[in-house]
Amino acid sequence: MKAKLHILIIGMLAVFLAACQSTSTMDDEGGMADDASAPAVAEPVVVETVPTTPTLRDDQTYIGGTSMANGGAMVAEDDVVLYFGFDQSTLTPQSRAALTRIAAALRTSTGNVRLEGHADERGSREYNIALGERRANAVSDFLVLQGVSASRLETISYGEERPAVNGTGDRVWSQNRRVEIK
Amino acid sequence: MLSKLSPLFLAFCLILLTNQVRAELTIEVISGVDQQTRIAVVPFNWDGSGIAPSAFDQIIANDLRLSGLFDVIPPQNMLSFPSPGDEINFRDWRVLGADYLLVGGATISGGQMLADIELYDVPSGRQIMGRRVTAGRDDGRDVSHRISDLAYEQITGIPGIARSRILYVADALSDEGDRRYRLMLADQDGAREQLLVESEAPIMSPAWSPNGEEIAYVSFETTRSAIFMQNLATGERRQLTNFEDINGAPAFSPDGTKLAMVLSKDGNPELYMLDLITNEFTRLTDHFAIDTEPNWTADGEALIFTSNRGGRPQIYELDLQTGRIARLTYVGDYNTRPRLSADGRFLVMIHRNNGSDHIAVQDLTDDTLIIVTKTNLDESPTISPNGALVMYATKLDGKSILAAVSLDAGVKYNLPASSSEGVREPAWSPF
Repeated sequence: MKAKLHILIIGMLAVFLAACQSTSTMDDEGGMADDASAPAVAEPVVVETVPTTPTLRDDQTYIGGTSMANGGAMVAEDDVVLYFGFDQSTLTPQSRAALTRIAAALRTSTGNVRLEGHADERGSREYNIALGERRANAVSDFLVLQGVSASRLETISYGEERPAVNGTGDRVWSQNRRVEIK
Repeated sequence: MLSKLSPLFLAFCLILLTNQVRAELTIEVISGVDQQTRIAVVPFNWDGSGIAPSAFDQIIANDLRLSGLFDVIPPQNMLSFPSPGDEINFRDWRVLGADYLLVGGATISGGQMLADIELYDVPSGRQIMGRRVTAGRDDGRDVSHRISDLAYEQITGIPGIARSRILYVADALSDEGDRRYRLMLADQDGAREQLLVESEAPIMSPAWSPNGEEIAYVSFETTRSAIFMQNLATGERRQLTNFEDINGAPAFSPDGTKLAMVLSKDGNPELYMLDLITNEFTRLTDHFAIDTEPNWTADGEALIFTSNRGGRPQIYELDLQTGRIARLTYVGDYNTRPRLSADGRFLVMIHRNNGSDHIAVQDLTDDTLIIVTKTNLDESPTISPNGALVMYATKLDGKSILAAVSLDAGVKYNLPASSSEGVREPAWSPF
């Protein structure tokens, strides 16, 4: 009699064993014997964060280093944070009001501004990177419309990789869907 | 004799008593298939000096349990402990309801570890396999995984995955309490965890080359995203992209000569392909919507990807010959992070249902979609090289863990990190 095995994975109901002959225990040395050793893995790499100038966009000239390297831009307030609705990259009325003030301050200052877009933890990580970029771009576009030079604005998205608040739930998520102006 | 049917398989925290470094991931099997095959794995006879360097039979038993297909008879229930070459008293095993019996012995010879195994079909009383497996003298775990795969394939007809490995991202804290990001490598059972890359900046989207020798991933160490490629054996590492804005979602082509990715240097995320031989970039999509998360079909002639070009994120397929794009998913308003089974039949993705993110499997032959997880915040599905299981990340008690489920949801297990920090973004190795 044959043992019955249910393998739902491939939809098979039973696998009947051929089992027509008994095989010998000992294989010839170097014959059937197989080497099972896993490949070796190199020592870990510990990387330091070092800013580099990115490759240029085809249509844009990159001016200056990063805002972090320059010690930050002259923004009226400290780091400003703008919040967004779930799956949204449109600016709220409060964000528009805040950005109007920030734009005014930027028009009379110099230095670069870094716009960091973020997402909450729901959904896919790479899609959230794209969502964070949309948010950063929405802020960038608004500032440019308010007369801030696009060449001073640098956008980056961290998606859900750098939450402002750890945890789960609507309150946490609403604080993580944001753009930080640095 | 019919196999004994065990209705539900429940085991917690199999802790392997080996001299291996303690794994950071421990396994909790939640459920197996309804009618499991009963197998007895007899404690191995150790012919070498001193105590056995590896708990061969325990590692094998664990591998077989993780497949969800096997009910493994514990040694304390066994009536005899035969070694290879011994006469088998099949009555001892029939009384336990065993369908199969695996006996083995190991020794060190000529600086190598040798293990001999015999697999018996208990009802018929016949030997169905006999093999010798060799490895380095300290590689008892490799020997055990190899034996698991031999037995699994002999019994099921499907190649086993005990020797496959997983890449994943783990959180860690520095001595100063700052968040650190770690790219890790471990056996599929969570053992032999190794640190590959550590950084204070985010690391994400690890991917395997088809030969399993190279990996690609995204690192923010330059203060923006960039794609890196790294050789596992040599540690040699090179930065492949350095464009403004998004450099993400790397995916090796099945022949290993190209890397699909996402770049937003044109103003919004588009799919690109980097030829790893000529270093030339080719733009593949041109749409104002988000296009991201490319994954190759097995023949390398198409990419599936996520796009919100229809308003909401859905899965699409891009034919690389014709450039034609076809939508694949229609159920629900949020389907992302697609992965295709090697046979091209099953599409695995994140599927949002009533506000919860689950892993779903769509059968592309009839487009039926089943949700295979019940937890929320499930993400990053990756398919085992034999197409049997999907590993993914989810949250358990607020902590990120890895879990696995079979494509039909019958088999489930968790691999929570034993450390306090979370683990996520699993990527299952090729064979």
